[in-house]
Amino acid sequence: MTKTIEEINAKIRSGTAVVLTAEEIIDVVQEKGSKKTAREVDVVTTGTFAPMCSSGAFFNIKQPKDKMKLGGGFATLNDVPAYAGLAAADIYIGATALPDGDPRNSNSRPGKFRYGGAHVIEDLVAGKKVTLKGGAYGTDCYPRKSREQLIGLDDMNDAFMFNPRNCYQNYNVAVNLSDKPIYTYMGKLKPKLGNAYYCSAGQLSPLFNDPHYRTIGIGTRIFFCGAEGYVVWPGTQHNPGAARMENDTPLTPAGTIALIGDLRNMSLKWLRAVSFAGYGLTLSVAIGVPIPILDEEIVRSVSVTDNELKAPVVDYSEFYPRGEGAAKIGEVTYEELKSGSIRIKDQDVPTGSFSSYAKAREVAQHLKQLIQNGDFYLTQWQAPLPGANTGKEATI
Amino acid sequence: MKQTKVVLNFPENIVEDPVTYHLIVDYGVQVNILRASIDPGKQGMMVVELSGEESQVSHGLNYLEQVGVQVESLAEEIRHLEDRCASCTSCIPHCPTQALEVDRESWYVSFEPDKCILCLSCLEVCIYSAISVKERLY
Ligand code: SF4
Ligand code: SF4
Repeated sequence: MTKTIEEINAKIRSGTAVVLTAEEIIDVVQEKGSKKTAREVDVVTTGTFAPMCSSGAFFNIKQPKDKMKLGGGFATLNDVPAYAGLAAADIYIGATALPDGDPRNSNSRPGKFRYGGAHVIEDLVAGKKVTLKGGAYGTDCYPRKSREQLIGLDDMNDAFMFNPRNCYQNYNVAVNLSDKPIYTYMGKLKPKLGNAYYCSAGQLSPLFNDPHYRTIGIGTRIFFCGAEGYVVWPGTQHNPGAARMENDTPLTPAGTIALIGDLRNMSLKWLRAVSFAGYGLTLSVAIGVPIPILDEEIVRSVSVTDNELKAPVVDYSEFYPRGEGAAKIGEVTYEELKSGSIRIKDQDVPTGSFSSYAKAREVAQHLKQLIQNGDFYLTQWQAPLPGANTGKEATI
Repeated sequence: MKQTKVVLNFPENIVEDPVTYHLIVDYGVQVNILRASIDPGKQGMMVVELSGEESQVSHGLNYLEQVGVQVESLAEEIRHLEDRCASCTSCIPHCPTQALEVDRESWYVSFEPDKCILCLSCLEVCIYSAISVKERLY
């Protein structure tokens, strides 16, 4: 038996849609089997909340009376450089951007990275104003050459987040085989396998629940940091051809998605600037993707559990930075990672995460509520993401 | 048996006095030093766990105050800012005493001040700035 997205949306409209989170569905399938579940359940919600570096926002800033062309000039927000190589009033700020004066890692390692692009975005979402400084060469149509002004989201015509790569389908487990502590984008790794970090919501993670991108594609509406957002493209480094397990989930980082959403509707509950000592800044974003239960095969995909999902253990002292040594020193399940300790090279290694499972649950629950209340409808994608057999690859 | 963790602040003039020696020998208090930063001639700070009979510990604490050592309870020193904490768990493998701990059912992270030995490991690894410490401990 199969359903269509229109049928599911009709049920949402009439308030009769059955919605479960990707965690709640697990027990239901175990109890009722996938056939019955496919009939009874309409939507499964996934969720994740984690640092995603390839995040940022586009702004279009209202012109002053004497117009100014930021394009080809420069712009900073609270002294953090924004990209101004666009039209007169469009700029983009990336989460990892740092002000010129930041000591970075130079004064004393590890650098602290207290303020940058991610914080500008956080401040604006919090309703604060930031200082725009702009410089231009001046033209007949855009005479103004400099501008310094406090601006908030109200002083902009448009403000939307556009993230070229979010939501990695699986991720490395980072460890340190060397005898010195190292500071990485996967956190502070203690020497000699002193700890291990992972970064995925596992069984709640959107792309783990749709391994072959059957329902998540270009045009899929999502929950994005409190706002409605959309998948607009495969994310950069989308690598669908990665090796997969029998349950179709990848064994290494694989699919990614590019996302867009209106910054004005986002909230601090679902978006936060973060600072990695010794590495830099990034933005934690909340993403919830609904998966329509069209048939039994989709039920099987969304009922995947942490003990059926595996991640590669990678050395970030030599292999990741320099390609020296073994690419993978082990493989562990998300169930093992979540137990607090994994076994690598005959050693018990304590684990921690950067992806918040508590928040991932909140996202999935929140999206479930929105759908049940009739405040969120599903969309059919307009074009699929490149799949496993399309030859799409990424060299990273 | 009483056990208590406290922060001892030494003013300049007594930094070089053998205060811990007196605590141990004269008052019978067991002193476990968890963290210390003392420069002779300057102010000093020590995080200690004191244990002994109830009366020994309280006499010991009286002695400390008499000689001018300021005694503060630990809970005042480090704070877990719950509204900033995202329960990411990145502090968990760095906290040596499980003062920061995650409930593996709810997945929320909580802080138990009594278990904290002020090693400050969490301060550096918390990416959400959810740990705050009084300035002078840096
Ligand atoms: S200061 Fe040390 S003991 Fe205290 S909570 Fe932080 S890591 Fe744990
Ligand atoms: S590292 Fe910080 S944000 Fe993460 S769980 Fe610990 S205290 Fe909370």
